Amino acid sequence: MVTNSAPDLSVRIGSLTLKNPVMPASGTIAEGMTQVIDMGRLGAIVLKTITPDLRQGTLPPRVAEYRDATLFSIGIPSKGPDYLLEHTLPAYAACDAPLVASVSADTAEDFGKLAAYISDPRIAAIEANISCPNLKADGRAFGMDPEATREVLERMVAATRIPVWAKLTPNVGDITVFARVAEEAGCEAVIVGNAILGMAVDAEAMRPRLGNVMGGLTGPAVKPILLRMVHQCAKAVQIPVIGCGGITGGEDAVEYMLAGATAVQVGTANFIRPHTMTEAVDWIADYCTRHGLSAAREITGALRPLHAPATAPTETV
Amino acid sequence: MPDTALSPAPEACAGFPIEEALCEIVSNDAVNAEYRLMIARAPEAALRARAGQFFHLLCPATEAGQPFLRRPMSIYRIDPARGEIGFLYKVTGKGTRGLATLRPGEMLNALGPLGRGFTLPADTRHVMILGRGVGLATMAPLARLAAESGAAVTAVLSARSPELVMSRGELEAAGARVIEVVDTDGSSAPEEMEPRLAALHAERAFDYIATCGSNRLFRLARGLARSWGIPGEIALEQHMGCGLGMCYACVIPVALPGGGEEYRRVCWDGPVFTLEEAKGW
Ligand SMILES: Cc1cc2nc3c(=O)[nH]c(=O)nc-3n(C[C@H](O)[C@H](O)[C@H](O)COP(=O)(O)OP(=O)(O)OC[C@H]3O[C@@H](n4cnc5c(N)ncnc54)[C@H](O)[C@@H]3O)c2cc1C
Ligand SMILES: Cc1cc2nc3c(=O)[nH]c(=O)nc-3n(C[C@H](O)[C@H](O)[C@H](O)COP(=O)(O)O)c2cc1C
Ligand code: FES
Repeated sequence: MVTNSAPDLSVRIGSLTLKNPVMPASGTIAEGMTQVIDMGRLGAIVLKTITPDLRQGTLPPRVAEYRDATLFSIGIPSKGPDYLLEHTLPAYAACDAPLVASVSADTAEDFGKLAAYISDPRIAAIEANISCPNLKADGRAFGMDPEATREVLERMVAATRIPVWAKLTPNVGDITVFARVAEEAGCEAVIVGNAILGMAVDAEAMRPRLGNVMGGLTGPAVKPILLRMVHQCAKAVQIPVIGCGGITGGEDAVEYMLAGATAVQVGTANFIRPHTMTEAVDWIADYCTRHGLSAAREITGALRPLHAPATAPTETV
Repeated sequence: MPDTALSPAPEACAGFPIEEALCEIVSNDAVNAEYRLMIARAPEAALRARAGQFFHLLCPATEAGQPFLRRPMSIYRIDPARGEIGFLYKVTGKGTRGLATLRPGEMLNALGPLGRGFTLPADTRHVMILGRGVGLATMAPLARLAAESGAAVTAVLSARSPELVMSRGELEAAGARVIEVVDTDGSSAPEEMEPRLAALHAERAFDYIATCGSNRLFRLARGLARSWGIPGEIALEQHMGCGLGMCYACVIPVALPGGGEEYRRVCWDGPVFTLEEAKGW
């Protein structure tokens, strides 16, 4: 049933309807992007994670290039919640897209308090960044422990009427455990996921390349891993899964959606091709037209089996 | 961390002053054993670049593969009449080796113009430029800016040896008086330069200093600016992710007026900082 009208790109994330499934990943856009692209064309605008306190972030150098990937160790340089409310939100007021805040804190209580503090009508959803590698704790984070994850998310859900999304870390054994915890805690969506903990060494200088030794691996090289995790999580929970990791265009976004994602987030690609997100929106529309789909949401989970179920292999590798 | 009032005012979803400019290469030739000059035909937005600003360049692949991130390069020449921009760059690693392969007629993807450039005080009459190495690329447009606003320019070019002195022609074309100092005869040593510069100041007082490219020159410039009671600026470098103030990779510590320090983004709050904010490296 090929229709002639433009495909409906809107997707539902819990109680929110986004005009399309494409949004930036937290920490990868700032006001500067509004000087390059029309951010009002995006499904949502996800803002950089903030903490209750002011933070400087990690020691430079903070970035190392690694073939089809980058390693960043930024920490969370945070100007605190008042800066978010007074400066960051107004900077996007002219953009016709819902704003999603992202929070992190040292304790579960503080996650809850921060969510309550920033509960402002201008914020459409709050992401819980439980997945940022806590480099001080040797890379461990709240998001690596199901009970710590549950406590953080339950406190946030109790503290605010704004929908809470949980951003999961891939640095765990079975990520579906964490997706289920998020669903049980009352989150309206899970983002799968954050950066993969990594490290880069300069052989000639015999030194680490990053001031902080460890950092988050992001970019195209991580896509197969996050794609697999999105697929697993989408089967494990009813709430929408938002795919994130190595997306460089509409085709990557559609792969994530076929694997089960309802929407996607674009990170590192924004640094290299600032038009990646807006071009991805156009690409998805074109994909729908080419495949006779009247709505982008029909892509979600539409992955066809390679083999008939009876003949499918049972081993995982 | 408290924000800086220096960030450009956000014009959310208004115009798009920063572009991914597609520029056709006009020439890309070696100027000496280490440096190349690349001239490219640029669209309107790129030609609005100001002295001290930079572009973030997508570098072509070489046999070592595609450089993943863009590479920051200062604007070296802005020629609105010919519709051209130019970069003076040192071939060092994967990215700049890729740039060196670009042939006339091929396209360069240059994101920009980016960052905060030099701010010459309105009544400036005599500018001192102290530059070394790669830093000199940043200085040529400043000399033009100064000349256009009616200021005289004295540019001191420092290099390891006489053959490595660059930008002399570009600076002289902009109307600057050029003085060369080199390591090989010791004239580039700060203790040699200081009395020479003081003599120039006595002859015709400087009222603004700009520097880049060397820690020694920075300390010399800051010392002179302080003792003469004049403002000065420095262009700094740091490894970058986005060039658009988004990733916070490119931070450097700056000194705060009331004591203490905080991180600022070289790509967005800089790359030009005041001599008093900048810290040695
Ligand atoms: C604002 C700014 C303006 C600059 N202007 C010029 C210029 O006009 N001419 C010129 O020759 N060089 C300039 N540089 C330095 C230039 O960006 C680096 O030499 C270049 O990025 C090296 O890339 P590469 O792949 O060849 O080297 P590699 O050493 O292989 O680079 C590896 C990584 O480190 C980064 N890197 C290495 N050195 C530097 C550096 N000094 N500054 C920032 N990042 C670096 C690269 O971008 C890359 O991500 C400027 C740097 C900045 C920050
Ligand atoms: C420079 C940088 C900063 C980031 N900051 C944050 C952050 O503040 N909060 C967060 O939840 N994720 C942060 N991330 C992770 C991204 O949101 C995203 O999950 C990750 O980069 C994977 O996506 P990508 O491969 O498309 O970049 C950051 C990533 C980068 C590269
Ligand atoms: S390079 Fe990303 S903030 Fe400067």
